[in-house]
Amino acid sequence: MAQINTAKLRASNRQAGRKAGGSIAIFLLLLILGLFMVFPIYLTVIMSVKPVEELFVFPPKLYAVRPTLDNFRDMFRVLHQNRVPFSRYVFNSIFVTVAVTVLQCVFSSMAAFVLAKCKFPGSKLINGVIVVALLYQSSVIYIMQYIIMAKLHMIDTYMALILPAVASPMGLFLMRQSISQVPDSMIEAAKVDGAGLFRICWQIVIPNQKPALMTLMIFAFQGAWNIQTGSVVLKEEYKTLPTVVSQAASSGLARAGVAMAAAVFLLVPPIVFFMLAQRQVIETMAHSGIKD
Amino acid sequence: MAEKTAKHGGKGRIKLLWRDIKRNKACYGMIAPFMIFFILFTVVPVLMSLPMGFTDFDMARPPKFVGLSNFTTLFLSDKVFIRSIRVTIVFALLTGPVSYVLCFLLAWLINEMHPRLKTLFTLIFYAPSMANVYAVWKLIFSGDMNGYLNSFLIDFGFISAPVQWLTDGRYVLGVTIVVQLWISLGAGFLALRAGFQNIDRSMYEAGAIEGIRTRWQELIYIVIPSMGPQLMFAAVMQIVSSFTAGTVAQNLVGFPSTDYKAHTIMTHAFDYGWQRFEMGYASAICLILFVAMYLLSRLISKVLGKYTD
Repeated sequence: MAQINTAKLRASNRQAGRKAGGSIAIFLLLLILGLFMVFPIYLTVIMSVKPVEELFVFPPKLYAVRPTLDNFRDMFRVLHQNRVPFSRYVFNSIFVTVAVTVLQCVFSSMAAFVLAKCKFPGSKLINGVIVVALLYQSSVIYIMQYIIMAKLHMIDTYMALILPAVASPMGLFLMRQSISQVPDSMIEAAKVDGAGLFRICWQIVIPNQKPALMTLMIFAFQGAWNIQTGSVVLKEEYKTLPTVVSQAASSGLARAGVAMAAAVFLLVPPIVFFMLAQRQVIETMAHSGIKD
Repeated sequence: MAEKTAKHGGKGRIKLLWRDIKRNKACYGMIAPFMIFFILFTVVPVLMSLPMGFTDFDMARPPKFVGLSNFTTLFLSDKVFIRSIRVTIVFALLTGPVSYVLCFLLAWLINEMHPRLKTLFTLIFYAPSMANVYAVWKLIFSGDMNGYLNSFLIDFGFISAPVQWLTDGRYVLGVTIVVQLWISLGAGFLALRAGFQNIDRSMYEAGAIEGIRTRWQELIYIVIPSMGPQLMFAAVMQIVSSFTAGTVAQNLVGFPSTDYKAHTIMTHAFDYGWQRFEMGYASAICLILFVAMYLLSRLISKVLGKYTD
């Protein structure tokens, strides 16, 4: 305990006046709430490794007596029955996810910087439209999108999966809100030094916005990873993992266990990405703290 | 600037505007990549779908203009719609503010933890919005003895016979609210977490010198005033997720739910749009919901503006 306290003192002076009891109370509160949050996910993982005969016994158990990977094997067996090799779906998902994440982060960051920090004819209108676009939810939009994609001959291509996702009003709104906190004096100083807007954006503002940028990346990755091909892509060659995995989970061979296995399988990449991105944020923050 | 344009009249104003646009061409260049795709895949579809609320459109024949008749039908003779308004308001009031406060408080409490614990707790609270686990909630609330909740309650003697959580009209809305709250620590929560990371450390130190001692004082005098933009973002996300909720109910308690007890406005729009193919009518429903959400977001923006910088 004493060691932790000295470390804390070194990290930040403001902790000095704090009682350790407060931190422990907060920790316990978070732990209890956290258990409630994790329980359904824990249960999903457990169900995915339960053999068939254990799925519906009474009383239901919170653990698997004889854990097995049968459900995962069944899921992959169904997937391998498709005409297209499984590796193709993996490639499709990775390609679409990387493309959407990179393009969305680059486009949104630039646009958010300009919309937050520059006044030009039309900027107010665009800022208003972003919020309206966030609030207007209607399934008719998807029909209209489909019509536009059909007109542009994008149906049954990667473009139909990638392009509609690269300009998300939510991502832009998030970045704009965060960049609006950057002091104007910082930008003015860079202008005086002769930096153009593009350089100010990428060399000064965005490196300062790591927490928001990482959050945007998490949203973009998660959204892109979960893209279901729906009606815009019907060719097997362009289908993504979530599409075929959920098909497998609901196909003839399926039982409750396979659906759980599918959910667990699809959850792994977003969680790994989340951990990497969050670690980045917190580590950079810790470093800048020590520098003070 | 404004005086100048007034003096120059119409032609001069256009000239000035043009000069203004040319001077800002770097700005236009930088928003162009985003705007091209935003206009193509969001603005145009939204503009195309807005007028649909005033038409009769079944997706097979071209839309036919019918004036306000969709709206008069909705408010005057569609009893299920009136009921769905009530359900939506109850649902939004019970999930929106609770979840908003939870997002903020948890983001704050996590921020007080050791860096390693920060990542872990953020993941734990955010994970539900990444997972697609309706199947497991169905098992938990399952109506037979096999349901985890029923089995637990029977074991401890709270109930003697299994409760039909997912089909009994008394419980469907409550069950939906619990699950909605569970997945609601999403975009707003993460944005607030990022906002906390962004607060300048020197602010806390300056606060300490000025006599701020407790965590609570720090929250009121330093944190909230400097989190305005993130609080607004979280509020908008919360409005959207609590007012347009419908998928949770549809996945969990079925569609339509028992006695329409969990029938939200969005479910009603889904019913008409994708079950009966009355897209015009469904658009009118979405339009009403949009106007309500827009007004609410303006109100929240005003209130937040008062308490933050």
